[in-house]
Amino acid sequence: MKIFESFRDLSIMNLENAKKNKIKIVGLYCAFAPQELVLAAGAIPVSLCGTKNEPIAEAEKVLPRNLCPLIKSSFGFAITDTCPFFRMSDYVIAETTCDGKKKMFEFLRRYRPMHVMQLPQNSEGTRAFDWWLAELQVLRNELEKNLAVEISEDSLRQAIKLANRERRTMKRLHEMNKIDPAPLSGLDLMTALWVKDFNADKEDGIELVNGLIEEVAEIAGSGTSPFPRGTPRILLTGCPVGLGSEKVVMLIEKCGGSVVCLENCGGIKTLEYLVEENDQKDPLEALAERYLSIPCSCMSPNSGRFELLDRLITEYRIDGVVDLTWQACHTYNIEAEMIRDFVKKDFDLPFLHLETDYSSSDLQQLQTRISAFIEVAGRKKQQ
Amino acid sequence: MITVGLDLGSVTTKAVLVEGSSWTSLIRPTGYSPRQAGKQAFEELLGNAGLKRGDIGFIVGTGYGRISVPFIDKAVTEITCHAKGAHFLVKEVDMVIDIGGQDSKVIAIDRFGNVTDFAMNDRCAAGTGKFLEVIAAALGLDVSELAMLSKDADPVQTSNMCTVFVESEVISLLAEGVKRERIIAGIHQSVAARVAAMAERLGKGAHIVFTGGVAKNEGVREFLCKELGRDLHVVPESQIAGALGAALLAREEVRLKSL
Repeated sequence: MKIFESFRDLSIMNLENAKKNKIKIVGLYCAFAPQELVLAAGAIPVSLCGTKNEPIAEAEKVLPRNLCPLIKSSFGFAITDTCPFFRMSDYVIAETTCDGKKKMFEFLRRYRPMHVMQLPQNSEGTRAFDWWLAELQVLRNELEKNLAVEISEDSLRQAIKLANRERRTMKRLHEMNKIDPAPLSGLDLMTALWVKDFNADKEDGIELVNGLIEEVAEIAGSGTSPFPRGTPRILLTGCPVGLGSEKVVMLIEKCGGSVVCLENCGGIKTLEYLVEENDQKDPLEALAERYLSIPCSCMSPNSGRFELLDRLITEYRIDGVVDLTWQACHTYNIEAEMIRDFVKKDFDLPFLHLETDYSSSDLQQLQTRISAFIEVAGRKKQQ
Repeated sequence: MITVGLDLGSVTTKAVLVEGSSWTSLIRPTGYSPRQAGKQAFEELLGNAGLKRGDIGFIVGTGYGRISVPFIDKAVTEITCHAKGAHFLVKEVDMVIDIGGQDSKVIAIDRFGNVTDFAMNDRCAAGTGKFLEVIAAALGLDVSELAMLSKDADPVQTSNMCTVFVESEVISLLAEGVKRERIIAGIHQSVAARVAAMAERLGKGAHIVFTGGVAKNEGVREFLCKELGRDLHVVPESQIAGALGAALLAREEVRLKSL
């Protein structure tokens, strides 16, 4: 695992070298950004910072305090020039996932050339598909114009294969935690998955994760785990988490649970769905289908999330579900009540909904809730 | 076998000693140091019973200060402890409403006294004992005087649940010449409405036990019955339910170990 901690610094070095060699870097904010188009344009896609508390105070000089910490952190990082990935980005792709983000991007576009993709409000039916396909075409044109390249069909097909390969590898790593007790702590799993988004070279990243999978398989084979047998197996769903905003993952494991499944963006939600690799099919259509199938709460309705949770709760033999909402994220906050009903009625599992931000001011309160929740899940598991 | 439960709340520290079917208890202010308060309450409890530390089979600590007391054998959340305690006091209980110094909680429990679900107030103090204390101070009263004064008064609505905002709202109402009694009634009603809304989310209980320090406040109790549309089980031991539950869990621990 150690290498993952230094991997970010290594990535920054690699990106700087790439820049010297005139390779363009494109910053992404969300799982809806089709990284294959960036790869096909011969550029490097990287995620932009937004999971730490530090730059929020600066962001609040412009943005309302009562806003999601992810938006404030993203904006704060950009305007304080403390995110190396934003600094190195030649171009930024954003999308209209939620009201907070789309209005924030109106400020942010003053700092970098940016294209905002207009997402449909739901992911079902041909009208949504046609809309999103047209949006991908617009992005393709924008990238070609702004990066002064041509995105060929062939390069697009290659990019699709590469990105799929990366997803499969990451998914294999995640699926190691189907073993009971889990060989990987939730914190380590999150760290390893998170690294892929800041990676300058996908092949390097895939190799690194393959190495980790072997290592983990060995650990699991010898019957060792960071957790004792009988530890409640927890699925974390809801808003995205990353390094800096891992407090709920950390608390669940501190209070005696094991986060075996991360359903959120950055976790399995974005790894499950592959782009169809079919030479007869228009690659842009294949991309449109795949990206529109991401079950995000910004879609209404969002039935895909229930289907995915249904599968994951069974496959990972889950003992309890924690649904995390970042403060002021209306779509996840409202959907939480539906998820509660679903988890309780269909699975009769303990469910805990938490609403918090990136600060440490409520750690004590969160710990009481999470401890009580683990006490309930642990007792149910024993029965 | 003798076991002890210690509930280190933000305002008071509660200690219960259980031996067979009988038990003794005491309540002391927590002050600034839950660690010190816990130690003193424990020693006093033992002294009253004429026992030594070695006579105690197991100690469970609960409440927000549970992490700061080194001599306990196990820490358990107040949510699990209040459920256990309430179940011991009222056999048919299926829901506990616990309003303490800084938290308010609703706990759904099964017929064995195990927690099945719970809801808790967010990080602010709205609707808790602390909230009532601040309002009492703004009215020039001690928190223990609130219940008596609000009796039969027509509640005046306060619009805001944030402690600091309600405090300034109360001051404005006083300036407008609104009677203290009506303001207090309004405050009690708003606390009750907030907790009742949490209870509804968990599905209404048929037998609700009201625990925690605020359960002593008749005004809140009355409005809570109205908001919920049912009677509450009020037990004289409401304030020590958490510590009692902790002592009972300690007893279960010893039993499990001896199996």
